[in-house]
Amino acid sequence: MYDVVIIGGGIVGSSVAYYLSKYQLKTVLLEADNDISNGTTKANSAIIHAGYDPEEGTLMAFHNVRGARLAKELCAKLDVPYKQCGAMVIGFDEDDEKMVHTLYERGLANGVEGLEILDGKTVQKLEPCVSDKVTCALLAKTSAIVSPWEYALALAETAVRNGVEVKLNNRVTAISRNGEAFTVTTVKGKYECRYIINCAGLYADKVHQMIGEKEFKIIPSRGQYYLLDKAEGRRVSRTVFQCPTKDGKGVLVSPTVHGNLIVGPDAEDNDDFSVATTTEGLNFVRNASKKSIPTVDFRENIRNFAGVRAKSDRPDFILEESRSVKNFYNIAGIKSPGLSSAPSLALEAVQWLRSKGEQLKEKDNFIDERKRIRFKELSGEEKQELIRKEPAYGRVICRCETITEGEILNALRTPIPAVSIDGVKRRCNAGMGRCQGGFCSERVAEILMKELHLDGLEVLQDKEGSNVLVDYSKGGSSNV
Amino acid sequence: MYDVIIIGGGPAGLASAKACLDKGLEKVLIVERDKELGGILNQCIHNGFGLHMFKEELTGPEFAGRFIDMLRDTKVEVMLDTMVLSIEDDHTVHVINTVNGYQCLKAKSIILAMGCRERTRGAIAIPGTRAAGVFTAGTAQRYMNIDGYMVGKRVVILGSGDIGLIMARRMTLEGAKVLACVEINPYSGGLARNIKQCLEDFNIPLYLSHTITDIRGENRVEGVTVSKVDGHFQPIKGTEMYFDCDTVLLSVGLIPENELSKAANIRIDPRTRGPVVYENMETSAEGIFACGNVVHVHDLADNVALEAKKAGESAAEYVSGLRRADKKVVEIKTLPGVGYTVPQHVRVPLDNKFVEVFFRVNRVFGNSVILVKDEKDNVISQFKREFIVPGSMEKIIIPKVMLEKAEGNLTVSVKED
Repeated sequence: MYDVVIIGGGIVGSSVAYYLSKYQLKTVLLEADNDISNGTTKANSAIIHAGYDPEEGTLMAFHNVRGARLAKELCAKLDVPYKQCGAMVIGFDEDDEKMVHTLYERGLANGVEGLEILDGKTVQKLEPCVSDKVTCALLAKTSAIVSPWEYALALAETAVRNGVEVKLNNRVTAISRNGEAFTVTTVKGKYECRYIINCAGLYADKVHQMIGEKEFKIIPSRGQYYLLDKAEGRRVSRTVFQCPTKDGKGVLVSPTVHGNLIVGPDAEDNDDFSVATTTEGLNFVRNASKKSIPTVDFRENIRNFAGVRAKSDRPDFILEESRSVKNFYNIAGIKSPGLSSAPSLALEAVQWLRSKGEQLKEKDNFIDERKRIRFKELSGEEKQELIRKEPAYGRVICRCETITEGEILNALRTPIPAVSIDGVKRRCNAGMGRCQGGFCSERVAEILMKELHLDGLEVLQDKEGSNVLVDYSKGGSSNV
Repeated sequence: MYDVIIIGGGPAGLASAKACLDKGLEKVLIVERDKELGGILNQCIHNGFGLHMFKEELTGPEFAGRFIDMLRDTKVEVMLDTMVLSIEDDHTVHVINTVNGYQCLKAKSIILAMGCRERTRGAIAIPGTRAAGVFTAGTAQRYMNIDGYMVGKRVVILGSGDIGLIMARRMTLEGAKVLACVEINPYSGGLARNIKQCLEDFNIPLYLSHTITDIRGENRVEGVTVSKVDGHFQPIKGTEMYFDCDTVLLSVGLIPENELSKAANIRIDPRTRGPVVYENMETSAEGIFACGNVVHVHDLADNVALEAKKAGESAAEYVSGLRRADKKVVEIKTLPGVGYTVPQHVRVPLDNKFVEVFFRVNRVFGNSVILVKDEKDNVISQFKREFIVPGSMEKIIIPKVMLEKAEGNLTVSVKED
């Protein structure tokens, strides 16, 4: 019998797992996919918003501001790439100027620090590539950029180190109740528990309705992006937003923590949850970005992707005990600023358990740190020393990002090991560079085969069913 | 202290090492990141290499093998499985490998021979899902020819670069069905002989002025939509064709791999994306030479080897003390139709009796004349051609005597009759 079942291994589920792992609880996180952070968490703008966007008094406002503060501490503690680069919301006319002032006031009301209103000239001085038609901007100094998948992985890994079980490939198919306990059935097994925290993102409504009444509906909304080579990574030094509209924060241009430039997203409701990009969507993003930064060189694009926001039919986050099922909690409808809010939402889950009379005794030996070797950031002497101890660090597998075999082996030996080429990428950046794995994916596949004892035909690009190779060539490989 | 450190052990690195050796250099080092010499030639198991250089048809590995044999038991040192992390303009080379760890090596001269990489899906922003089954042609070639795997059974190839064409034939021979080769330009980017031998001979249709406008399939590719494009490369509505396939191979161009050169502040030509070079293959950094696909994308490995010979000989001259830095520089400029030239700069007076200039056109030309003019519009040299296509490199030879008559910088243009 588990105390808590967390359904969903995105940033929210991972945050909940992390905070619950501080206490003497028996907790399991069930994830449908073969990796943590493989849905909405990995495909978004990767921004920790300052908190001036949500209207005063909303859950979004409170959790954004608190979550952003927690994110800074957590990323430092758990060695997650994070940079407080700041953000600007730029305006072009009187309406925009009004909006900039509204956001400023809202930010102050929400408790956001480091806000300033700038005139067009100052904007130009701070960000020379911004359009010269800009007349004003809101500067938010606390806005930050983060590696969203590493953030989720770091939280989930730390939870595992502290005793939380993470069960991948466990899509929940049914939930039933016997007395005070739940039975959660997945494609792999059954899990009995006293509490359920539903962090199922795009599928949160379906998971809730496995046992509860229909209380909300998820309305998926797709956003498409360009990710550009590091050659364009210094086009801006802050995240540059346009003024928000009813559809969201609009198209942004931002540096990423990995040194690239990200441009996007659009917003489009899509009921099929598709993460496909479209000609129309990409054209829209490209054209819209030109209004802010006319000089982005899209020939330096290295990847397009789309993510799906888990919007709901309610205007605010859904953060409550199910109205129809006791001890079943929903953290749902976590659209933007979800990534920014996640740890704060998870603290709410801790409060829920307390409110039910749970003692929540802290563990004595809670591990609250994480360190990852990043070879290319080391000095010459450190490199030499590391290779002497572990020669695999002397072999570069991913040339574009200078990722060594040692780092790839680490990705396969973390508390939640990678099982696919993209899983390796999310853990150590191999394949993230300008050749997009053209050179190293085959080498990574070879390491996966050796370390995980896989046949070549079993090697996955990413999710189950994404097999890279379909057969042996004539007289080829392992039918030998 | 090495005389020369050569970065890369593919055809350019090997041929330049041979030239250094022939010129009598004692301390030559090749640094190769792979576990064996040969570079991309090792996966090019088709024939057609060496026709110019060795007057016979060799496979890629055989072509590399010829050079490796010439270097065997010589003073040329080789470091395999070794990555160059950075180079500095004082000719220090920082390398790592599993045996010696991190090392700083010093040399009198450096030859850049890092080759190129393939353009990816992102570079051309093909919409659709992120399904597995989209490969660059070279990656697929490695999986197939080195590792012995099939990357797919029903294939659509985007782009008609030579590797894509070679893979169309290769996959067909292995039992896959290649449904189409789709090229956005109104002409192929590959060699005419490859169009004939790899597509036509196997009845694989080539769709010119077409591109892939959608990739479908959630986890693995399930199909692609191909559309005709207009004169501005924009898809034309109503021309969509759907292909039921599990694999997309991309052969949409190659990019010289110059991250090391850029980090060393070597001047890069935005047209070639390789270093700007003088007639002796010296880059903007004194004593650092470059050759092969790191400079500009070649059509034939034979031409890579010839260029590498020049770079190797120049490096040897530099090591022996010959300096050209204070000579006058003539720039070779291009007019529309000509994509670039290599070299971009010539130092005069020439030490040789002529200078070879390579270039590619960016559209198809019929009967035409290549004109080299000076600033006063005087024709310095002219060359007649029946046909010039973007898929082949063009070479012209400007004699020293003609060059000496030129006033100011030169332009290269092509005039169709």
